[in-house]
Amino acid sequence: MAKTLIKGDSVVANEWKVLRLAEGESPEAAKLPFGNVLVPLAVWRARKWDLVRRHWDQGHLLGIWLGPKDDPAQLAADLAHFSAIGVHFPLAGDGRGYSIATLLRTRYGYTGELRAIGAVGRDYLHFLRRVGFDAFEVNDPESAIDSLDDFSDAYQTAADGRLPWFRRAGAPALAA
Amino acid sequence: MYTYNDTDRRLVAERVAQYRDQTRRYLAGELNEDQFRPLRLHNGLYFQRHNPMLRIAIPYGQVSAPQMRLLARITRAYDRGVGHFSTRHNFQLNWVRVDQVPDILAELARLDMHAIQSSGSCIRVVTTDPLAGVAPDQIADPRPWAEIFRQWSTLHPEFVALPRKFKVAFAGGPDDAASVRTHDLGFELVRDDHGRLGFRVWAGGGLGRTPILGQVVRDFLPWRDLLTYAEALLRVYNLNGRRDNAFKSRIKILVQSVGIEAMRRLVESEWRHLRDGIQTLTDAEVERIAAHFAPPDYELLPRLDSRFEFSRRFDKEFAAWVRTNTHAHRQPGYAAVTLSLKAPGRAPGDATAGQLDSVADLAERFAFGELRTAQTQNLILPDVRKRDLYNLWQEAKKAGLATPNVSLLTDIVSCPGGDFCALANARSLPLAAAVQARFADRAVLADIGEVRLNISGCVNACGHHHVGAIGILGVDKNGEERYQITLGGATGQQAAIGSIIGPSLPAAEVPAAVERIVEHYRSCRRPKERFIDTIRRIGAKSFASAAYARDFPNFENEREAANG
Repeated sequence: MAKTLIKGDSVVANEWKVLRLAEGESPEAAKLPFGNVLVPLAVWRARKWDLVRRHWDQGHLLGIWLGPKDDPAQLAADLAHFSAIGVHFPLAGDGRGYSIATLLRTRYGYTGELRAIGAVGRDYLHFLRRVGFDAFEVNDPESAIDSLDDFSDAYQTAADGRLPWFRRAGAPALAA
Repeated sequence: MYTYNDTDRRLVAERVAQYRDQTRRYLAGELNEDQFRPLRLHNGLYFQRHNPMLRIAIPYGQVSAPQMRLLARITRAYDRGVGHFSTRHNFQLNWVRVDQVPDILAELARLDMHAIQSSGSCIRVVTTDPLAGVAPDQIADPRPWAEIFRQWSTLHPEFVALPRKFKVAFAGGPDDAASVRTHDLGFELVRDDHGRLGFRVWAGGGLGRTPILGQVVRDFLPWRDLLTYAEALLRVYNLNGRRDNAFKSRIKILVQSVGIEAMRRLVESEWRHLRDGIQTLTDAEVERIAAHFAPPDYELLPRLDSRFEFSRRFDKEFAAWVRTNTHAHRQPGYAAVTLSLKAPGRAPGDATAGQLDSVADLAERFAFGELRTAQTQNLILPDVRKRDLYNLWQEAKKAGLATPNVSLLTDIVSCPGGDFCALANARSLPLAAAVQARFADRAVLADIGEVRLNISGCVNACGHHHVGAIGILGVDKNGEERYQITLGGATGQQAAIGSIIGPSLPAAEVPAAVERIVEHYRSCRRPKERFIDTIRRIGAKSFASAAYARDFPNFENEREAANG
């Protein structure tokens, strides 16, 4: 578990733990760590009201994390319960998380913290931010943070709400 | 052609800076091989047999004379003076140094060139018909659409880690010279019943080890919806394409497994959310981009030029070149010209730095300074006055660029093969040379007529052997380098995957087998019937006994192995 991470434009302490089910471990029985926790989708579905009550009773924040095979549509009705949603990248080359984040932001209207976890390299930060992530568990966040600004502009729209280049004021008029 | 603005330039410059730092971290040991691999691939750098290869992007094949000179300079300074044009418009250097690649990219950036997304699991460099904008019969010029797509797909944040490579082509119709059906996604320009412009969209095509032709995923897509629809389709692929097996992760496998009907429904239901969204194209944007592709200042000329007609009549060699290497043009008095990179004994698609300079000179002197790279690994001057053809031909001849063999048997398409590539089982280049030597007689070659011969060094099929009328594939059989022959492949409207005619052969026997196949055609053909049409009429099987000069009743097992 990373001690610090990039949140927004700065490096902050990591105040969340990620609950991962061991092989064969049942979602009902899994022991929750103390404090704010991101639980897997299976645990949320099995223990929804327990988790909500834990948040109310103990004040620990509740979050969830999705793997690359999880369909964010299954969370659409529950988004208000979560203070943070993690999206797990098992490998840097598994890009499903980019689409999952896009859907959470643009289709289901999630506005809370969206955190990239797993194989998150600094060279992908710019793209991750554009698809809607605002928190990044990355190695050596102090130096990685510079890569958020690897590119100062973009052609296309994305979950960051940037207008396509051709729709922005300042786009050049017709070539002569 | 498209001229970069400040934003285009800034993005390329920032990409160079990003990659320079990535290279620095790799060389310093901060990035391991696995971490560096996708980063270098997204900048066109392969690690192959002897040395890294850099694939420089030439989006939809358009390149200016100054850019060609820059490629010449880079080929001299950073390579061994010879570059290679690929089957997807791009330019490859086989002897670059990893630590120098950032410098090469910085040099390229000065003239608005780069290697962005020329390999890796991302949306690759977009391709089109090399005669786009000048072919007489096309529905519309595909280049503005290819440029619009290039911009949208460049550094698209959602699609930086697709299951596998994703190749996109645009065809101007009505012929499909861009071969949209062999691409992951193909856009064919069409008009609907009301005359409105749009695309027929093809998906799920691809060569490689499982060759499949694309199918129509949408019969008519209004042009405004190009990008929103592409986004929907890419998202469906990104979320649903297989990632457990690299050989089964292209979109063609997804389309095969769910079926084209289900694929259509998946894309349409995703598209419902995106349609008419902010990425919908506007008239102003399309006009802005199309203005970059306005025709050059053509002279008003008569259709016939007397000097040209005179030279053609009295110089047989020139006439032969005109027949094969020039193409009809929509502007009266003009022709498009193919500069052949298929001289006998030379590796198909290879050009020396000197030739690159010559090509740039020819383009400036005769063709408004513009060039195209073709999927057939030749170069094209799109706009030449017929009046200038004779002079151009003489100059091109001096530079070794006037081999009169375009579309003929010796216009071989080939990957670099085992001489360079780490993946290849077989060395395609010496084989290409041997076949060319066998068909050196120009009269025979002309009599054989149009034959597309493609050679791939391995099942990854970079030489597109599946779609060659004659396809030759290098296979490894218990450590021995052998070649398998397929017949009947084609691109375009009549696209077809060739069929294997029999067991593989050792390299030394291949040229003779090709010769026997061609002889069989010459004895079976009807008047004016092309090679491919004879195969279609009498079937590839009938060529098998000719090819081997003996019968092979049993080769089913081998077919299995070759299709992997």
